[in-house]
Amino acid sequence: MMPTIDNTIEEILTLAAAHFNVPREGLSPDDDFFKKLGINSLQALDLLTKLESHFRIELPDYELQGVSDFRTLAERIQSRL
Amino acid sequence: MKDLSQYPSLGAALRDALAEWANETCLIEADRERENCRLTYQQFRDAALPLARALQDTGFVEGSRGAIIMTNQSKWLISAYAILHSGGVIVPLDYKLTASEHLQLLTHSQARVLIIEYHLWRAITQSPEFQVWKMPTVLVTEAPAKADLAGARRWEECRGAGEPAYVARARRDWAAIVYSSGTGGRPKGCVLTHENYLEQCVALTSLYPFWPGVRYLSILPTNHAIDFMVGFIGPFVCGATVVHLRSLRPEFIREAFTKYKITYMALVPMVLKNLEIGLRARFAALPTIKRRVLHFMIALNRLLTRSQPNVQLSRRLLKQVHSAFGGELRGLFVGGAFTEASTLQFFYDLGIPVANGYGLTEAGTAITLNDLRPFRADTVGKPLPGVELRIANPDAEGVGEVTVRSKMIMSHYLDDPELTDETIVNGWLMTGDLGRVDSSGHLQLSGRKKNMIVTEGGKNIYPEDIENSFEGLPLKEFCIFAANYLWPQRVMSGEQLVLAIHLEPGKTINDELLQQIAERNRRLPDFKRVHGYIFWESDFPRTASLKIKRNILAEQIREQIERAAIQAL
Repeated sequence: MMPTIDNTIEEILTLAAAHFNVPREGLSPDDDFFKKLGINSLQALDLLTKLESHFRIELPDYELQGVSDFRTLAERIQSRL
Repeated sequence: MKDLSQYPSLGAALRDALAEWANETCLIEADRERENCRLTYQQFRDAALPLARALQDTGFVEGSRGAIIMTNQSKWLISAYAILHSGGVIVPLDYKLTASEHLQLLTHSQARVLIIEYHLWRAITQSPEFQVWKMPTVLVTEAPAKADLAGARRWEECRGAGEPAYVARARRDWAAIVYSSGTGGRPKGCVLTHENYLEQCVALTSLYPFWPGVRYLSILPTNHAIDFMVGFIGPFVCGATVVHLRSLRPEFIREAFTKYKITYMALVPMVLKNLEIGLRARFAALPTIKRRVLHFMIALNRLLTRSQPNVQLSRRLLKQVHSAFGGELRGLFVGGAFTEASTLQFFYDLGIPVANGYGLTEAGTAITLNDLRPFRADTVGKPLPGVELRIANPDAEGVGEVTVRSKMIMSHYLDDPELTDETIVNGWLMTGDLGRVDSSGHLQLSGRKKNMIVTEGGKNIYPEDIENSFEGLPLKEFCIFAANYLWPQRVMSGEQLVLAIHLEPGKTINDELLQQIAERNRRLPDFKRVHGYIFWESDFPRTASLKIKRNILAEQIREQIERAAIQAL
């Protein structure tokens, strides 16, 4: 069954917290992940690789263009599930 | 390599190269672990000429402008050659700009043809400005079968019948219009001539030659001046191979190095730094004895190569490191922004010289480049052959504005004679960067005179270009500055933008307003965001036409406010 957008957001937040070793409760869907996690665009691509593997999808690098919050990222992923 | 002094244009040089190296591999396009295409020079020609014919069938003639908006891929180069073969002028646009910015620059450049990837075209068609845009001929690549192309044609189907005319151009004719900035109202379209590019190519390849068998890994989009030169023109006129990788992810870059036995690669400081971090982590994870042996070999390599690189020796001393890079790597090119000396030294000590340089779009790409004789991590190298470099109005330490004169300097800014006259004075390009030339002729940069920043990703950000993102907020007026312009510092890294806020009389800053500012800031691409804000309590000085006198306002702020007053957003 297709997960809801809320499920997808939740999974992304959990994965991001684990990947960057930060507390899960410190992350919210509308957070700017560059700022919140203190990462650059290459590190964000690294997270994208983890998300691809988890959701079993392929996301071209350009899908991250203009995306800086978890909710929009979840929407991009959701559209490919 | 072809003797470029004999050629009148890029089109002529490339046309001969396609014939001369017909059976050599010219392009490989990889996407993750997949290989999308592999073309010989003959096959490249066979792909480009029908496109050139199709362009000409639409009325594309000599001097017509063809814009390209694509990520890093082979169709960029095929399209560019089709434009040059037809006597056209390439307008390479940064695919990371917004749809609105794309439309603005397409209008300003008067592009007759636009060649664009489908996902970027879709974004343009969904922008409000698209409805009133006078659409030129648009060719869209890689569109899904049933996609609505909104009046565009499929690139893959644009194959004209019959041989296209080869349209000759002269050295002083325009080859490209490259935007160095200007999405905020005053586009700076650098008009570069065929001579600019041919001379630049001669200078660069005299230091770092290409030949058939060399494989250049391209990860930067070809609209980037460095990739246009060392990932297209340079390798092509020498019969080398360009390997496009359509992903910046470290795991695929690593794989490409070994799979394709890469010789050279160009990158921006951020990617180089990322590679360094990855390597350091791998070294740190080695068992103690292995790690000590590695560090000993690195120190030995450093000692033995202190006067000049010795690739063969370094490959023997540090076999495992070089094997991880494919075993054929001769060097990396880095530019577009400041690179830390420690990062450059790290790679040099591994036997992987990084040719760092300094350049501007206005100067036809590079002005200086490290010639590695010896390697100097603390400088951006010496002026390229054919480049005269002078420091204007040097202070007691010899620091002043870097000015250059050469055949590589752009012709002018498109439709902006006033800005051209301010920038090219008596044939000298005023770079707006500050530096000094040391006793051995190396340039050391030490800051900026101009109000702009360069990110680690190699993006030039001009404050004027992002101010419209903050329009409409309940402020009396505001202005954005580069922090180092307000408070000059002799550093070229960690540059930040600052929003100067003048509130309406009687108003104070509150959480709601701060949230609004932060929200606007968040909508900007990460590399364009403002770091913090300062308050200013007087009216901004303005011209008769009400434009902010930025330099005067900056002086006033400098006198009355300290840098520590910046409040982070």
